Amino acid sequence: MTSPNPAAKPARAKRFDGEKIVLALAAPVLAVLLSVVICSVLLATSGKNPFDAWNVMITYATKSDGQVAILNRSTTYYLAAAAAAFGFRMNLFNIGVEGQYKVAALFTAYIGSQLDLPSFIQIPLLLITAMLVGGLYASIAGLLKVFRGVSEVISTIMLNAIAVAIVGLLLVPGIFAPEKKGASNAIQTAPVSESSHFFAINTDGGPLYGFLFIAILVGVAFQFTLTRTRFGFDLRATGRSETAATASGVNVKRMIVISMVVSGALAGLIGLPELLQNSYNYGQSFQAGLGFLGISVALLGRNSPIGMAFAAVLFAFLDATGAQLPLQGGFPFEIVPVMQGTIVICVVVAYELVRRYGLKRQQQKVGAELAAQAAAAAEKKEVSA
Amino acid sequence: MRSTRTPGPRPVPPPFSLLALQRNDAPPDHQEIAITASDPAPTTGGNPSAGTATPAVELRGITKRFPGVVANHDINLTVRTGTVHALMGENGAGKSTLMKILYGMQKPDEGTIAINGEQCEFNTPGEAIARGIGMVHQHFMLADNLTVWENVVLGGEHLYGIGGKAKAKIKEISDQYGLGVRPDALVEDLGVADRQRVEILKVLYRGAKILILDEPTAVLVPQEVDALFDNLRELKSEGVTVIFISHKLHEVLSVADAISVIRRGTTVGDADPKSVTARQLAELMVGAELPSPESRESTVTTDEMLRVEGLRIAKTDAEGIERVVLDDISLRIHKGEILGIAGVEGNGQAELVEAVMGMLPLDGGTVTLDGKDLSGTLTRARREAGIGYIPEDRHRHGLLLEAPLWENRILGHVTERPNSKGVLLDPAAARKDTQRIVEEYDVRTPGIEVTAASLSGGNQQKLIIGREMSHEPKLLIAAHPTRGVDVGAQAQIWEHIRVAQRAGLAVLLISADLDELIGLSDTIRVIYRGRLVADADPATVTAEDLGTAMTGAAQGHIESEPEAVAEAQALAAEGTEAQSAAPTDTAPTDTADDQQAGE
Repeated sequence: MTSPNPAAKPARAKRFDGEKIVLALAAPVLAVLLSVVICSVLLATSGKNPFDAWNVMITYATKSDGQVAILNRSTTYYLAAAAAAFGFRMNLFNIGVEGQYKVAALFTAYIGSQLDLPSFIQIPLLLITAMLVGGLYASIAGLLKVFRGVSEVISTIMLNAIAVAIVGLLLVPGIFAPEKKGASNAIQTAPVSESSHFFAINTDGGPLYGFLFIAILVGVAFQFTLTRTRFGFDLRATGRSETAATASGVNVKRMIVISMVVSGALAGLIGLPELLQNSYNYGQSFQAGLGFLGISVALLGRNSPIGMAFAAVLFAFLDATGAQLPLQGGFPFEIVPVMQGTIVICVVVAYELVRRYGLKRQQQKVGAELAAQAAAAAEKKEVSA
Repeated sequence: MRSTRTPGPRPVPPPFSLLALQRNDAPPDHQEIAITASDPAPTTGGNPSAGTATPAVELRGITKRFPGVVANHDINLTVRTGTVHALMGENGAGKSTLMKILYGMQKPDEGTIAINGEQCEFNTPGEAIARGIGMVHQHFMLADNLTVWENVVLGGEHLYGIGGKAKAKIKEISDQYGLGVRPDALVEDLGVADRQRVEILKVLYRGAKILILDEPTAVLVPQEVDALFDNLRELKSEGVTVIFISHKLHEVLSVADAISVIRRGTTVGDADPKSVTARQLAELMVGAELPSPESRESTVTTDEMLRVEGLRIAKTDAEGIERVVLDDISLRIHKGEILGIAGVEGNGQAELVEAVMGMLPLDGGTVTLDGKDLSGTLTRARREAGIGYIPEDRHRHGLLLEAPLWENRILGHVTERPNSKGVLLDPAAARKDTQRIVEEYDVRTPGIEVTAASLSGGNQQKLIIGREMSHEPKLLIAAHPTRGVDVGAQAQIWEHIRVAQRAGLAVLLISADLDELIGLSDTIRVIYRGRLVADADPATVTAEDLGTAMTGAAQGHIESEPEAVAEAQALAAEGTEAQSAAPTDTAPTDTADDQQAGE
């Protein structure tokens, strides 16, 4: 048999890759542009000058306090995104990040307020507590799915509601909150001990959370686990095709539980920047909605560590600078959630379109190249015959 | 139903096939031999009862390009009214694309379609149906939980309503064409052949006078094939035109009135089934010499490799009734032995494979590989113990379609070298080894970074086989290893299996292709309703007798009449065996000689 099978030329591989990058960038860029247009139209119809609004946001982002605020927020968003993305990579929709981080933050705040060990023990202990609580809470959904076939989407949504109830049950004076004293109505845990405070970098724009480094570490570990370990391969294989993974020897049930736990453990970290660097306690005013925001960021960043970093910064930019809108010129802050929403909707649609287009295009390219090879081979054959 | 006969103003079409073989673009190589071998056959072709001058279907110059690939190129096809016209060609030759064009699922880039002499353009299947064209797909599209009647009426409510009138019409069609369909039967209670008849009836109900059957015999046992052919003859005598897609030579020869062969996207010739031989047809189809799964010297040893003992799997369905999927399956495969499992699909083959692979929990029994009890272990441990697996459905079980080839090379062997070291992957080594597989197994691809989805079926399969063979398996489970694979790749796949067999590999072969089973296996067991009911020696059994056993009619050891075996082998040799000379010169009658001529 004549084998028209030359070794792949590296140039060709590169060309495929270059196109891949363009395709990957096209979707989010288009989505962002489209949402800017939509929001501009919205602002214009509400009688505001959209350009002034964008100007307010961009101006704030050029200032150092704005930049620090953006980075601090992105730290939290990135952790939230990583938690959601870990499940997504194996088609496990952990919608329960929200509940997991709340429960984890509550327990961590309580333990942080009760213990006062040296920092080098206290802080790792709190990190581990947060991850353990988050992981355990998420494991409920994993076990339900494995042993009872309960969709993780349903169970995690339910667990979110239960998490609110747990917090309400425990965060009462005498249990996790100190006995009421003074005039304040707010119920919160006692402040965490001094040794629990995570380090911050002082900049012109205010303190930059040291948790940024934890987030970077999570991103690196995420990427390494997924692309360089057997576990990561199994996880991605399961995400791409559960049937093929099963046939290849992946214990899918075990993978579901593990991934759910890891996802929950990452979720446990979400509340910590706020807890250990800003509020120092867990109370009713503790920021909610981070879990859902994380899902959006993960979608926008396509579950890839680098992509999610950009997405987290973008969302943090919108949130941090959007807060300036009502203060400077009376623009409605609501324009920011609208923008985030349209970005996510556009990007989800665009990614799917790009994915299909890319797959089809590659098939055509391969077909064309093989046809060319076959034609060349046939000619040769005929000559020799 | 509008009039099917339009006494067209067209001139009488050119005389059909004066030569038995009429080539459009045959390259001037060995094929001339085939023409001369079959030459003196000056019949006017096919069925004398087909009296109309206007062909039912006339395709002229059909060209369909998919970007980068020409699927159909200048195809000409003339199908006369009231005939069974076979369209032959190997997988990927362009038959399906052509039929999709005729059925309105795709639009040709060039060329014309004329139905009963009228030029047509179809944008949707609906327009084709309105013209009286109907298609029966290879995979049935019936709702199991509905009755035959409901299935037929579904989507065609506007024709005869959904009540008594529709039922009467169904009965009428069934009687008219001798289909023997019971309108009130539940589809889930029907066998494959009955379901096929329902599909045909569905199409006729919608007024089809031109029937396209896409590989209708692929799912049938020989006896059912005969029954189907009787139905086709009945349809023909009632004036229905049948276009019959197949690549099974003997079937085509026995039922078709005319044959058109497609190769590499273009029609390479028409043949008259009365005078053409299977061998000539086969050569037309592939345009080259043919491979065959001939038996060869036995490599079977006495060392036991796989021992399956009393395997039992029972599933409890929604109604709480226990359905026994596998019952008391015991088998042994020795080193160097290929054990073939014959059976109509759905009789437990898939479950047997999954049980041995550890993908299904057992309710009883043991699986022992090379003296090691694997009964309680998981799939990964079994793979590591030396089981290679070529799955039946490679898209679902064998590949990550959207992952690059080198990641697919890791799939299933992630714990083994060269794919990983410890818990870490070794992408560089995996890539290098993928390159080696691509070269050694002749996987046609521009590189190893392309996704598996962009390869053709045959090349995907070669990649899978290369991957499984690269870990020196002790046992290879090959489920339909050449399904949906073109003839060239098929030969390579058989050869790879044989080479490994000679080196002591034990193979569990599941195949629906009885010729493949008989040709490759050392021993054949027949599975029926989850039980191994019969066994046979491939050297002394015919496909027909095997087919009988597959329907549960025969048990124990089956052995065919020696004359029948000889005849079948001669026929097979004529059809697919390359080395034997043209049958007109030296008709191979001696079985023993024939077998040795295989390699």
